[in-house]
Amino acid sequence: MSAANWRKITIITLVHIGFVAVWWGSVILMEVPEYILPTPWQALKTLEEENYNWLTHFIATSQEIFGGYIMAVVVGVGFAVMFSWSKVTDEAFMPLLVTLNMIPKVAMAPLFIVWLRFGVDTNIVITFTICFFPILLNTARGMREVEPDLLDLVKSLHGSQWQIFTKIQLPGALPFIFSGMKVATVLAVAGAIVGEFIQSDRGLGWFMLVTQEALNTDAMVMALLLVTLIGVILYGLVILLERIFVVQDARVE
Amino acid sequence: METPFISLKNVRKVYRTRDIEFEAISSVSLDISNGELVCLVGPSGCGKSTLLRILAGLHPHDDGDVLIGNSEFPFDPTKDIGMVFQQPLLLKWRRILENVQLPAEILGLPMKAARERAKDLLNMVGLDGFEDKYPYELSGGMQQRAAIARALVHDPKLILMDEPFGALDAMTREKMNLELLDIWQKSQKTIIFVTHGIQEAVFLGTHVAVMSPSPARLADYFEVDLPHPRKLDIKTHENFGVYTRRIYDLLGMD
Repeated sequence: MSAANWRKITIITLVHIGFVAVWWGSVILMEVPEYILPTPWQALKTLEEENYNWLTHFIATSQEIFGGYIMAVVVGVGFAVMFSWSKVTDEAFMPLLVTLNMIPKVAMAPLFIVWLRFGVDTNIVITFTICFFPILLNTARGMREVEPDLLDLVKSLHGSQWQIFTKIQLPGALPFIFSGMKVATVLAVAGAIVGEFIQSDRGLGWFMLVTQEALNTDAMVMALLLVTLIGVILYGLVILLERIFVVQDARVE
Repeated sequence: METPFISLKNVRKVYRTRDIEFEAISSVSLDISNGELVCLVGPSGCGKSTLLRILAGLHPHDDGDVLIGNSEFPFDPTKDIGMVFQQPLLLKWRRILENVQLPAEILGLPMKAARERAKDLLNMVGLDGFEDKYPYELSGGMQQRAAIARALVHDPKLILMDEPFGALDAMTREKMNLELLDIWQKSQKTIIFVTHGIQEAVFLGTHVAVMSPSPARLADYFEVDLPHPRKLDIKTHENFGVYTRRIYDLLGMD
């Protein structure tokens, strides 16, 4: 790794440690009671409490986030590809999707509960609905961004539509796909938690509501940290994939 | 007399939208022999790029005849065209060597041979050692050289260039002109080169076709009687001034 990269990583690490230190210091200096805001250590110590079933909740929320997210990537990219192949489909359904995108997805949750079973699967669907649109819209845009002269070059060699798609359109759209995927990571985390708030019997969001009743703020903060951790892992994986599949120059920041 | 490699007779092209008809080319007749480097010069809107796209088979023409190829040099429109544009249009996600191989991939040519040929061509355009770089690591002039190598990789009989050096700075452009002449002499290809530059047209061309707008037509066509190989000092040659003068006059720029 280059010196510039090490410098970047060092700064990022220091800033994060600094944030935790400020939190910790403020709680102690200002004598904030534990039920308002625990110290990081107090929050961490709740992990020892076996009754809290951390692992169950962590797995449930992870399933919702990753499940809904992966579904959104597959379906979103799939739809965008379909639209790029058929102009009629694009003209007919794109406006409908833009309208549907206006529906506050969170408000769909009560309906999903009526339509589907109560539980993790329903939260996957809620997460999917929230993540789906940015991925679809970004990918569709990427598919359209093809240099006309480049198409001429391929057409002058009588290249097929399939060759144009696999050699030019799809790799050209990859930076846009990743741009949509990055936006969607934040939405995925929010989607899963909102789903759990509305209906669930497990998961970190549900657990926060339960511990709130007992004013176990330390456990609530710990749950929040774990949700954030899942989000960071998801985002990290997306960045990693982007590094592997997208040439530096082509990345959309 | 031998049959020309390219023969255009009264070629006419009209673009139609719902409301208007626009005559992009009113009538062009032109014969080009194999191995010539013909410069199409003229102001914007004179139809020179349109003519290039008709030759590439990208746009159908409305009237007249377009014949390419003869018994000695048969022409296959599906694989005998190489194109270079104003922008290099290299694929950002491919290394230079992979970019140069693109036409061979599209045509389904044997890739091992194409790879070797791509390497040779990169050598010829002065990009040896850059095979594994990405386009963004190369300067504009170097990218355009890679684009020229790409246009040659499938060994086409006709190279069509649409203002290939138009986006480069003046000094790089002169250098590229010299290199193009070198590439042309080594490869023995027929090249049609579209440009705005009058001096560039005379310097490069074995022949110059001057096109004028409204109506878009061929205003003049002549052979450039200047010796090959040409170096930049040919621009001080007496005939060089005569030819450029002739074009300036035609285009009403005297």
